Amino acid sequence: MSDGFLAQLAGVKKSFGTITALDGFDLEVKPRELLAVLGPNGAGKSTAISLMLGLAQPDAGTARLLGSSPLNVEARRGVGVMMQEVGLAAELRVREHIELISTYYPNPLSVDEVLRVTNTAGIADRPYAKLSGGQKRQAQFALALCGRPSLLFLDEPTVGLDIQARTTMWSTLRQLVHDGCSIVLTTHYLEEAEALADRVVVIAKGRAVASGTVDEMRAIVGRKHITCSTALTADAVASWPGVQSVNRQHGRLAITATDADSVVRRLVESAEGFSGLEVRSAGLAEAFTELTSEPANDTQEVTR
Amino acid sequence: MSTAGLVLPAMARRSMSSAKIWRAYLTEVKYECLRALRSPAFSIPFLLLPIVLYILFGVLLAGSMSHGDKTVAKLMFANWSVFGMMGPGMFGFGLFVATEREQKLMTLKRALPMPTGANLVAKMAMTTLFAALVMLSLIVAALVMGHPGLSLGQYFEVTLLAIGGSLPFCAVGLFIGTRASAKAAPAFANLAYLPFMHLGGLFYPLPKSVQPLEFLSPAFYLDKLLLRVVGAPNLDLLSQQTLGPSSFGGPALYVVVLTAVTVVFAALAIRRLARVG
Repeated sequence: MSDGFLAQLAGVKKSFGTITALDGFDLEVKPRELLAVLGPNGAGKSTAISLMLGLAQPDAGTARLLGSSPLNVEARRGVGVMMQEVGLAAELRVREHIELISTYYPNPLSVDEVLRVTNTAGIADRPYAKLSGGQKRQAQFALALCGRPSLLFLDEPTVGLDIQARTTMWSTLRQLVHDGCSIVLTTHYLEEAEALADRVVVIAKGRAVASGTVDEMRAIVGRKHITCSTALTADAVASWPGVQSVNRQHGRLAITATDADSVVRRLVESAEGFSGLEVRSAGLAEAFTELTSEPANDTQEVTR
Repeated sequence: MSTAGLVLPAMARRSMSSAKIWRAYLTEVKYECLRALRSPAFSIPFLLLPIVLYILFGVLLAGSMSHGDKTVAKLMFANWSVFGMMGPGMFGFGLFVATEREQKLMTLKRALPMPTGANLVAKMAMTTLFAALVMLSLIVAALVMGHPGLSLGQYFEVTLLAIGGSLPFCAVGLFIGTRASAKAAPAFANLAYLPFMHLGGLFYPLPKSVQPLEFLSPAFYLDKLLLRVVGAPNLDLLSQQTLGPSSFGGPALYVVVLTAVTVVFAALAIRRLARVG
């Protein structure tokens, strides 16, 4: 496998008519990592995944999957896929779907093992048409796992899942990465990326605008959130250097500051009745909003 | 939860023996047939309608009108066999392919390592199974009630020709399935199915002014082939309207036309699937 990457897009360009979906896009999937690909609707995420799976061909650049062309069926035998908005044959039962897809792979898991790992034994004998939205996603997750893939592509896997099912899926994903699987996850739930991802790539307007660990992405947004109880007024704090905004919420001050250290120091020194201090970094959601609200400039290289 | 053994190393060999690839095709066929049989909107009309209509119109009505004329009995058996071959191919491919395209199941299977064309091969096998079941039911009805006086060899030959003759209808259905949405596919399939059926001259002699349009219906050519095996003229000829396509051409031409329809529509459909999905 070239450079040890399980999948790679290099200098990829792809247009649909006059719309440029990807414009010089690079992406590598490393061994044993969960890579979250984030971006607003229409940013090019789905196109990037399609190119890696061989569903579309790049206009320029190259796509590689497990060391060969994504069109090579042998390469795709190492891959599990869960797509968005796929409808399986309504008349077939979950167990039957798993049995069918398993035959595409050289060394699949047994159907019972797939049912056990994905916690779908309870719906195994139900026709697909009779499943709820969340159960359908669980069944599709089972199909993605059945071939013992080295690389999993999961597109919005937890949409419609209840909290317990989502927690189970997250735990399975962590275990899979621990066992040597690489996972490419696209999601609009940023807390999902925050909880699971080893690395995050943010796409906007067909280009990667940032990549790095979740912490590195958070650090892109320099500001922090401070909350505390204090006798100081919001107007007084708002005039301090390094303070972006101040609100009083439920009797507490909520301060957004670019220089949190000096603001906290000043709060402690100057206020009577100061208590209940909380300081929190900006979340991935804020980093995402900041990165994707600007026009796509050069990639912010925060890679480890 | 332990997931030991759930992941194969990225460098693992992933070649598959031909036995395993065959198993994938056969499993695809098995589940395509199961889903069609479990789908009442498909299985009831296309398995039961031919036998019910053959008994009502081909045996009871035509029998009473012809006073047991064997030629009419043979003609009815051949014509209702053609009718029975049209539906499974046109609607089986048309509806299922359109639905699978719209629901992105085709796309998912292209991303997965499905053996080449396994889903289309399975649909082909499913329509062949339906065609065989229809022929079996028609033969039983003919033996018990219709009495067209055919030998076992003739029944066998009609069955083989009829199943082979369902191919052009499969190809037209596939073509519709690759172009229409799931909602529009039944309407488009009917737009082809009904004219094919009526222009095939299966149910009544066509007026002379309409007879040239018989050339447009694959059902007409298949009917001519089956009538030749059972030894009966078609309805136009029986009603002594001997001009027009019914007196034109021979079996070789009919086979060429049916083959050409199959190849052209299948090629257009497969090209569309490869390009657009």
